[in-house]
Formats: sequence, C-alpha cells, structure tokens
Amino acid sequence: MRNFLVQLWAVLVGIYTNLRSLWMIFLHSFRPRDTVQYPDEPVYLPPRYRGRIVLTRDPDGQERCVACNLCAAACPVGCISLQKAQTEDGRWYPEFFRINFSRCIFCGFCEEACPTSAIQLTPDFELCEYDRQNLVYEKEHLLISGPGKDPGYNFYKVAGLAVAGKPKGAARNEAPPVDVKTLLP
Amino acid sequence: MSAIGFTPEVTAALIAAVKAVVILLGLVVTAAMLIWVERRLLGLWQDRYGPNRVGWFGLLQVVADMIKIFFKEDWTPPFVDKAAFWIAPMVAMSTFLLAFVLVPVAPGWGVAPDLNIGILLFLALAALAVYAVMLGGWSSNSKYALLGALRSAAQMVSYEVFMGLAVMGVVMKAGSFALSDIVAAQRHGWFILPQFLGFCTFFVAGIAATHRAPFDLPEAEQELAAGYHTEYSGMKFGMFFVAEYVGVVLVSALLATLFLGGWLGPGADRWPLLGFVYFSIKTFFFIMLFILLRAALPRPRYDQVMDGGWKFCLPVTLINLLGTAAFVLARQGG
Amino acid sequence: MATIHIDGKPYEVEADDNLLHACLSLGFDLPYFCWHPALGSVGACRQCAVKQFRDENDRQGRIVMSCMTPATDGTFLSIDDPEARAFRAGVIEYLMTNHPHDCPVCEEGGHCHLQDMTVMTGHVARRYRFTKRTHLNQYLGPFVNHEMNRCIACYRCVRYYKDYAGGTDLGVFGTAANVYFGRETDGVLESEFAGNLTEVCPTGVFTDKTHGEHYTRKWDLQFAPSVCQHCALGCNVSPGERYGEIRRIENRYNGSVNHYFLCDRGRFGYGFVNRKDRPRRALARRDGERRAVAPGEALAHAANLLKSARRAIGIGSPRASLEANFALRALVGAENFFDGHAALEGALVARAVQILRQGQVRIPSLRVMEHADAVLVLGEDVTNTAPRIALALRQAARGKQAALAAERHIPAWQAAALADIGQQQKNPIFVATVDATRIDDLAVETLREAPDNLARLGFAVAHAIDPNAPAVAGLAAPLAAAAQRIAQTLLAAERPLVVSGTGCGSACVLEAAANVACALKARGKKVELALAVPEVNSIGAALLQPADAAAHDLEHALQLLASGAADVAVVLENDLYRRAPRTRVEAALKNARLIVLDHQMTATAEAAEVVLPAGSFAEDDGTVVNHEGRAQRYFQVYDPTYYDAGAAVRPGWAWLMDLRAQLHQIAPDWGHFDAVTAATAQAFPELARIVEAAPNARFRLRGLRIAREPHRYSGRTAMRAHLSVHEPRAPQDPDSALAYSMEGHHGYEAGERPAALTPYAWAPGWNSPQAWNKFQAEVGGHLRTGDAGVRLFEPLAHSTSQGYFARVPEAFVPQPGVWRHVPLWHIYGSEEQSARAAPVAELAPKPYVALNPADAQTLGVGENMLLDVSLPGTALRLPLKLKPALPRGLVGLPAGLAGMPYVAPGTAVQLSRVNVA
Repeated sequence: MRNFLVQLWAVLVGIYTNLRSLWMIFLHSFRPRDTVQYPDEPVYLPPRYRGRIVLTRDPDGQERCVACNLCAAACPVGCISLQKAQTEDGRWYPEFFRINFSRCIFCGFCEEACPTSAIQLTPDFELCEYDRQNLVYEKEHLLISGPGKDPGYNFYKVAGLAVAGKPKGAARNEAPPVDVKTLLP
Repeated sequence: MSAIGFTPEVTAALIAAVKAVVILLGLVVTAAMLIWVERRLLGLWQDRYGPNRVGWFGLLQVVADMIKIFFKEDWTPPFVDKAAFWIAPMVAMSTFLLAFVLVPVAPGWGVAPDLNIGILLFLALAALAVYAVMLGGWSSNSKYALLGALRSAAQMVSYEVFMGLAVMGVVMKAGSFALSDIVAAQRHGWFILPQFLGFCTFFVAGIAATHRAPFDLPEAEQELAAGYHTEYSGMKFGMFFVAEYVGVVLVSALLATLFLGGWLGPGADRWPLLGFVYFSIKTFFFIMLFILLRAALPRPRYDQVMDGGWKFCLPVTLINLLGTAAFVLARQGG
Repeated sequence: MATIHIDGKPYEVEADDNLLHACLSLGFDLPYFCWHPALGSVGACRQCAVKQFRDENDRQGRIVMSCMTPATDGTFLSIDDPEARAFRAGVIEYLMTNHPHDCPVCEEGGHCHLQDMTVMTGHVARRYRFTKRTHLNQYLGPFVNHEMNRCIACYRCVRYYKDYAGGTDLGVFGTAANVYFGRETDGVLESEFAGNLTEVCPTGVFTDKTHGEHYTRKWDLQFAPSVCQHCALGCNVSPGERYGEIRRIENRYNGSVNHYFLCDRGRFGYGFVNRKDRPRRALARRDGERRAVAPGEALAHAANLLKSARRAIGIGSPRASLEANFALRALVGAENFFDGHAALEGALVARAVQILRQGQVRIPSLRVMEHADAVLVLGEDVTNTAPRIALALRQAARGKQAALAAERHIPAWQAAALADIGQQQKNPIFVATVDATRIDDLAVETLREAPDNLARLGFAVAHAIDPNAPAVAGLAAPLAAAAQRIAQTLLAAERPLVVSGTGCGSACVLEAAANVACALKARGKKVELALAVPEVNSIGAALLQPADAAAHDLEHALQLLASGAADVAVVLENDLYRRAPRTRVEAALKNARLIVLDHQMTATAEAAEVVLPAGSFAEDDGTVVNHEGRAQRYFQVYDPTYYDAGAAVRPGWAWLMDLRAQLHQIAPDWGHFDAVTAATAQAFPELARIVEAAPNARFRLRGLRIAREPHRYSGRTAMRAHLSVHEPRAPQDPDSALAYSMEGHHGYEAGERPAALTPYAWAPGWNSPQAWNKFQAEVGGHLRTGDAGVRLFEPLAHSTSQGYFARVPEAFVPQPGVWRHVPLWHIYGSEEQSARAAPVAELAPKPYVALNPADAQTLGVGENMLLDVSLPGTALRLPLKLKPALPRGLVGLPAGLAGMPYVAPGTAVQLSRVNVA
C-alpha cells in the first residue's frame, strides 16, 4: 500500500512538473525574441570573430607572408595553397597565395600557425557568391594594406635571415658578424 | 429548390454533398495552414520568429512549401514494394478525413453527425490508420522505416485500447454514440467536469494516435531518421505530413465535441454561424495545446510510453468507466 | 652478440656496436647530431647522453655519451632516466642559443633533424636573453646554399666532406664558439658529392639551392620510389613533385647501392623534367608544317606512316626503360629493333654484357666496392662517368684505417681513433687512365696512357698474376714494371677489385680488365669486377638486342635508312645526333620519315614527322638494369594531366602499345604496366626476374595502396582551384600499388613495406632523412624488407676461368700530324638529360680541345688559343686546353657536351692552328 502511495505520489509529481513545463513555455509568449533581424539590422561581430581571411603587411608596408607553408599544413580542409618565391635581397614571399573559401571552415588554425602574423581572420562573414569559382581568392584579393590585429610585429627584425636594410647581425639580439680570421676570443 | 425540379431526397443529398465538400476543403486548408501556425507558435515559444518572410507574417510560406512539394520529384525508390508504398499515404490521409464526417461543426452542420454508430466509426478508422504506418514502413524495405512502423503499430494498438474506453463514459452519460446527441447532452454542463479522467486519457490517447510530440516515437529523428516515412519524398511524403495535421484537427475537434460541448454556446442555437465560431475556438484551443506540448515536453523512452499506456492510463480509464457506470446506474435506479 | 639492459629490459645487440647505434637499431628514439651511420662517432655534440649503471643494483649511475660507449655484454643503461633527459634538454638548449629564429624562411624546415631533435627532447622556450652570434654566408655554387647562422657546430659537414668524400675546399675556421664551416673564399664547392651536405647537415646551414628556387616543404611533395637516370649505377632516389614540377631529388636509401649518398649530377640534374620546351602535346607534320594535334590523330598519322612503309625500323634507347624498349621491339619486330647505342658504344656494352653473362667473376654493387682492399682502375674516369663509384673507391681506400684499428681491437665506429691510427695510410688503388682523374689523390700509383696501352697494361697484369693469361709482347719497361707492382699488390689483397668501363672507348680495355679479374679468380682470390657503362639502362637495352649484335648497331640502322631499304623509323627517347656524326644522321633522315617518342625536344625530335610526348622517369613506370645487372623499378611520380588537362604525356610503352594496336587494328593488349613487364620477362629468359623488382599493382598493405604523399600533404582543395573550383577525382594509378594521394599506407613498421615501394622516409618524430633509421634492419645496414632490386646475373659457382680474352692490341705510337681522339667525360654536361637542367648546365664546361702541352708546342699554340679541329665529315673551331697528363699523340674532346658533335672514340683527328687574319 505504502509502495502504491509512493508511486502515486511520483505520478502526481510527474504530472505537476509536466504541467509546470507547459506553463513556463507558454509564458515565453510574452518574452522578447532573440532573433537578430539580419540583414535588416546590422550584426555586431567581436574583433576576434573568425571570418574572411586576409594577408597583412608589416609596419614597413612589406608583405608579411614569408610563404613558410605552415598555414597550409595546419589547414584541416587543405584549402590554402601557395608557392614560395624570393626577392633579390633574400626576402621570402608567396608567388601565389590561394584560399578556396568554398572549402574554408573558418577554424582559424592558419592564424594560429602563422609565425609572422601575416594571415589573420577578420569579422566579416559576407562572402556569398552566385558562382562558386568566385570563392577562390588569390593573393590580390587577400592582401590588405595594413598590419591588422598585430600592429608592431616585423618578422625580419627578429629572424636571422639577411634582407635589404637588415644585414647579418642587425636583427634583434644579434651580435655583429664574427670575423673568423681572427684568433682573438 | 423543388422549383428546379428535384425531389426532396435529391435536394437533401445535394445539400449534404455541398456541406461535405465545404467541410473537406475547410479541413484541408486548415491542416495546411497549421503548418504555418505550428512553425510560428513554436517560434513564439522558443523566442524566435519562425517563417516571417513570405507574404504577411509569412502566411504565404505554406503556399511556397506547397509549390515546392508539388514540384519535387515524386521518387519511388527501386527497392520498395510499389503497391503498398503508394497506398500507405492515401490510407493515412483518407482515414482521418473520413472520421471528420462525424463531427458536428455547427448546429445542423456536419456530414453525418447523427450517425448512430458515430464514435465507434471513429475508433474503427483510428485503428485503420495503423495500416498506413505499417504499410508505409513495411513496403519501404528500409530498417529505419520498419523500426518506426513497428513502434508505431505497437503504440497505436496500445493506446486505442483505452481511447475507446475513455470515451465510453461520455457515451454512457449521453446515452448515444451519435456525436450530435453527445453535443446535445452537454446543454446543461460540459462533460469535461464529470468525465475529467476520461478527458485526460482520451487526450493522451489522441496525441498518441496522431503520433505527435511527445509521443512521436515512430518518427523520432534522433534514432530513426524520419521513421516510417524515411523513404518517402515529394507529394507522397506531403500526404503523410498533411494527414498528421488533419489528425491534429480531428482529435482537437473530437475533444471539443465530446468534452467541451462542441458548438454549444450562448446564442448558438439562433445563429448557427456563432455555433461554428464556438466550435472553432474550442478546437483551436486544443490545437494550440498540441503545439504547446510539442514546444515544451521531451520525448519519453519507448518503454516509458508503453508503461504509461498499459499501467497508468488503462487503469485510470477503467476506474473512470466503473465510476461513471455506477453513477449512471444510481441515477437511473434512483 | 651481447645482451644489454635498457630501462630494465634485456635486448640482444651486436657486440661491436656503440650504444647509440644499438639503441637506434632497436627502434628507440634517442636524439643525436654529430653521429651518422656512415661517419661514425666522435662524441662532439653531447646530445645522445644516457645513464649507464655498473650493474642491476646500481641506482646512482653516470651519464655517458651513448655514441662513444661500446655495447658490451651486461651493460645497464637508461634512456628515460630523468637526469639523462634533463642533460639532453640542456644540451639542446645550449645548441639553440645562437639559432636565428628563422625556421619559417629556412629550406630545411619540415625535414630538419634539429627540429626533430628539439621536439624530441622537449625544449620549447628560449631562456637565453643575450645577443646571438652571427656569421656571414658564402656563395658555394649553384647547388648548395649556405646559411651559417643555423650552425650547431656538430662537425658533420667537414667530417663528411673532407674525411668521407675527400674534398679539400670546405673546412672549419675560427676558434671557440665562433667556429665557421665554409670555404676560404666564396666559390663553387669542388667535390662532386657536395650535395650530400644538404642531407648530412642536421640543420639548415647547407640546403638544396635548386630546391630553394621552387621551394616546397617535404610534407607537400608527392614522392615516388625512383631510380636515378644519370648514369648506369642505378642509385635509388625519391623525386618530389608539386604543382606538376619535380621540386627536388632526395636520396632513397638502398643498403646495397647508394645507401646515404648521391652524386651532384643525380641530385641536381632533375631540371630536364620541368623544362618549358618539353613536348607536352602530340605533334604531327601536315602540309609541311608541324602542329600540335590530338593524341588520337597523332597515333593515326603514325599508324598510317607505318602501314605505308616499305620497312619500318625501331631505334630504342639506353635511357628508356626495358618495358618501353620491349614495346618498341614488339611494334617493329625483333629483326627491325636496334637498341640505340652508338655503334662503337653498343659493341662495348655488348662486351660488358658478355662478361656479365659469362659469370666468371662477381660484379659488385656499390656497397661491396666500398669494402675492397686493393683496387685497379683501368681506363675509366669514374668520377665523370659513374660518379658514385669514385665515392665508393674512396671508402675502399679508407678501409685501411678500419683494418689497422681492428688489429688493435678498436671498433670501426671510433672515427677519431681510426683517423689517428690511419693517418695517411690507405688501401692501395692504382689509377691507370687516359687523363688525370679526381681520384688520383687516392692512388698509390697513377699511370697515363693511351687506351691501347692501358689494355696492354691490363693484359700484362693478368699475365703477371696468372701465367695462363695471354702475355703481352714488347711491353715498354716502365709499364711492365708497373704491371708487376699492380699484380703483386692485387695478389696480396684479400678482396681485390678491378674497375673499368666503356669510357675510353676501347673494347680491349674491358677485355684486359676482365682478364685481370679472371686471373685473380684463378689464383683463388675473392675478386670483384665493376664495369661502368654509359647510361641508365645500357645493360637492359643491350639485353633486348638480338644475338647478332653487329647487324643491329646504329650504324646499320642509319645505313638502312640512307639506302632507302627502310623508310620509316620509330625512335624511342633517343637523340640520334648524339650517337652518330651529323652527316651520317642527316643522310639517313633525308629520305626517311621519323616517328619520335621523347620527353625532350631533341634535334631528332625536331626532324620528326610525328612526335609523341613520352613521359620522363617522373611520368612513367619502368624497369632499368644497372651496371651490376640489378633490375630496379622506378615509378611514376605524378600525373601530368592533373594540372594541365591538355597534356598528352604518356608512358612510352603505352604510346607504342596503342600504336601497335592501331596498326594491326587490334585492341591494346597489355592494358597496364605489369602486363608489359610480364611480357618482357616472358620473352627474355634472362629478364625473367624483373617482375620481382617490385611488387605489382595488385599489392596492398593492410588493404591499402601506398600513399605517394605524406599524411600532412596540404592544399588538396586549393592547389588546382584556380583552374576550377570543382575538384576532380584524385588521379588513379592502374600501373602500380602506389596512390596519387595522401590516403594510403604510410607506415614504417618492421618487415612491412617493401623497399621498392617506399616513396620517402618518414616515421613519427623523424621528418629528416635520418628517418631511414626506422626502415633499416640495423642502422646504416640493409633495409628490413631487403634492399630494392633483383640481380639478374650471379657468378657461376663452378665457372672455370679458361675464358681469357686473347686479343692483345698493338702498342699505341703517336703519329706526327695525326691525333687519336679520346673522349673526355664530364660529370656535368656529358650526360644528356642532366645537361638540360639549368644548374648542371651552369657548371658544364664549354666545348674545348685538349692536348698534351708538348703536342701543343709542336703546333705552336697555347692555352685558350683557337684550333681548327677537322673530323671526318665536319670541322670545328675550339679553344685549346692544355692537359699535362694527357699522353702525347692523343686529342681529347669533351664527350656529349651541348654544342659538341658526336665523335667516335679512336677517330683520327687533324688539328691546325687558326691563323688570325
């Protein structure tokens, strides 16, 4: 008997909680809606939103990308492809740099992998095209004129490779080149 | 009318036919509009909008969906049993439509509200609806469809047992199977009060019969893709879809008729149209309740559904039946 | 065998190994820098520290350098010991203090031993806050790039370059922490094996400059197991492709052939594959004008030519695969097939094949040559014709050090001790050649003679060893004395080696070398005979030649064409202008119509009516037979149509198969590559085993094809998106068990992947070429699944050496006014395909004429003055180069250089001084 009463109580409680759910959901009739009426209303995107990918320039206005291929290697869908080339003075740069946005999943791994802050994701998701072919972005579509989110960094000021205006020994924390023909310590 | 030269019988038959066509069209349009209503209401209760782009408040969404579904390829997969595959959606749609003949939508309106086996016919047709699901699932020759159909059959058979018993209290009190008599019997008080237990169990059974949430196990997406109609597309799928909404309207109309007095209301006898308005409001209340249930409640496990049917609802209905019978006998004997 | 205990578990290892070698062979990951399986241990970098314990009860232990500690029985050591780990992490942190933070712009990145070891030890963040030492770089030539800041001073480069490869112009300068590895001044590295620095150097100090010009990380390259095409040694290579171009050649380890090292011609000579002027569309001449046509149209045109021909001949090629040559033979019939060697060269190769077939002495692999303890080089300038032999001979000479050390019970891996014991002592090498060679510094004695005299010397040596060998009458006294010395030295040796070849254009020299080897064999010596032949598949092509070789030399073919007996010639990957004098070729081609299959736009292809673009070794599968009769398979690296849908480049055998089908109105009968190989093997019993050279196309490992691309291959959905965003299906390969994909088998597990199907070396944590450790049964030894290739000829066990060659040539006597031509070979420029690669062409000499200074004096000319060289049918004006070592009466002309006509060796040449008007 006691067992029956316990079960009955459980049933009554169950009925009550279900009715309570119904009531609470019904009360949502009087709540404001969360939907943002895009495109009638503009969307706020935080600065670190992972949208359209750009290639930035260093503070001197030179291309930051050194074509190291790490973004391509990090890309889980393999939608980045590029080819290294080198200027007369030894700077590496991408001869072409292609992102197939029809494949991109905007995971931001490329940005994580980039050692020079060249590749960055921006708060812009309005990339729609009627023709898929137009989603293939080449370097001229990707390259912007500023340094993006990392205004101060200049890879060649840190790295040991000599380029125009920065010979051997002139990078940060570098001693002048050793004269190997002296025996002085 | 007789001036044109028809005998009264022919005239009556013509009038009945016109009424039937009007009711059929009204029902189908209502069912179609329910698609939009449900999506808007679900949106409302989930703090979003639902379809609001096509037409006024998104009203033409239904039209857009219909255009889409009519022009979709009506694909019959090569591995199915063609005959049964074709018949299933027709059965689904027609059983629920047929059941509507019983409902008196307004004083003097209805296809056959005075049919003396009224409720029994509804129960018979509800039982036939199982065939739609079974045929669809079986003929699809696909494991999801088959599993969905098996669940559906078990669920509907179980819930029909007490669906019939639940409504017997009402029949006892009204002393008739005909729905017009049942409505008339509520002139002095809706049956929802004396038959509250019957109302609750019939409501539950009605949800189960139309396999709406939370009893939508036959088509539980998370487990069974789309259940028994997984392999359907195009208009055949559309017929299953509309049949579900017809079922919702039907069960709501029956609930309104059996327990809320149908078209009864102040002034309804003088102005039949007012009766129709009362009927509509009551029916729509239940339709909204159906949608609210879908918005609010999670789906129980399959074994919980069967437990709830056999171990809870059936005893409750029997108790209700016994109580009502005793009460009626006492009144008569007294 | 010895039992050592590593971290508490016992292992069986070779007792004369060091611990590092033993641990790596057992599969442990132990970081190291200065040690190299081919260079031995010096204990310079301190990176391979482990903890050694006195016995199983010792808990204290002491840190030892595993590379300097012998694996004696009962050694207890710990790799995982926290103190040893901390020590190794500390060492790498020290090594990295001056590292220049430039991995993104370093060509080594991604296959860098330093990166691997840094990750392995767990050093992740720089704590050193002071200034970094910097160095200036040097220009080291077109092959090797220098970036000295990346150096960790492991000394591997100088140990390889000076000690192993015998180079003299790379050294170490400066003191203390400022040491500098480079040349005294900027300049091209002299060694022909300098390219190996790019793999020996564990960092990015020495990198592949040709690769840097179209750089791609190793993980982005599509590799295939391949065989070097630039001489007859058949070194194994891994060509890497990206965007439809070969980007680099990496050494592919083969424990029997090249093991860790290649020559620079092989490593940097791949540029011919990428040339823009290659025929990539089928060409056909219509109305006197040659246009690109659809492949089907070209085939139909070619079939019509063949149909209407009186007689069609097929000229094969020693630089094409066995399969392609066989397909040509099947097209034109055996009686109309010519193997494509120049007339004299063909006879020489046939002689070499005869010696192989006789099987009296063993023909050594490169690895075996390294273990010889006395060598006679007769007539062959190996550095320039079969370069990798020169490096092997250098190891043979250095073998003396190990022998001396062994007497003192010092293990061979103690590199510094060996050098101390050995000092300047070497195993004796005699270099008897026409001109000075690059291995003269190894020689105990050098002899410079005309080819006939070299042959006489050889015959005399053979006679001195075994009196049954034919004697040489009237040998000059100095040569006779030299012959005695050579004979005694070879007899005193345990593993004597005779090296000769076709390079000096004399069959007598080959015969003399064979006689020397047979004589040694007759005296019970375990002798080896290495014969250098001119091209990658010279032996293979010669094996397809009918028995009556004389009727099938190129001269005969040209005669057939010139006389009109044959009027159509199908030329397979062959440039006739390199094989016969221009006038002869032109006379032959005047009336004949040519169908040329080639991957280069040669002069012959220019003259053709139909050009069918055949695949180079990078676009073709094939089997080639190297100098020792080792049949090896090379595989297609990439699908040329993937980036260029219009490219009609197809394997030569496939063109020929379709042409034959069209000609006879039958369905193509072979279908895929394995069927051609099987048909070849069936037609030639000698070649029966070529089907075993590599597993066939049905081979699967764990149900998978073997991936050509590393598992990190990037850009799959972008690399051809500029052509179309709709990605095509990855190319399918019906011809091999490899896949043009990163999907497939990548593993390195024991005993699993056949060596012939290993496209590149990679193992978890090992991205650099040092990853070969994981594929070897014992580090530096043979591969686990056996080295690639099958040897078609093995010495006959019971052969009696009665078969001496008896034709001793007359002594060469200089004739006044007439000079005898000898070909002078050049590692860069003499080989046709590599000479079409820009960096190799940059180092190739300009055409010249070489004379002994005394001869030049009689003509009254000096260095760099122009000489008129009159050859049969042609005349040239060339600058003079004085060669003091060149015997008098000989005129040396560089062989095969661009701009040099074909001159048959031994031609009489007239010279006259150019009178400046």
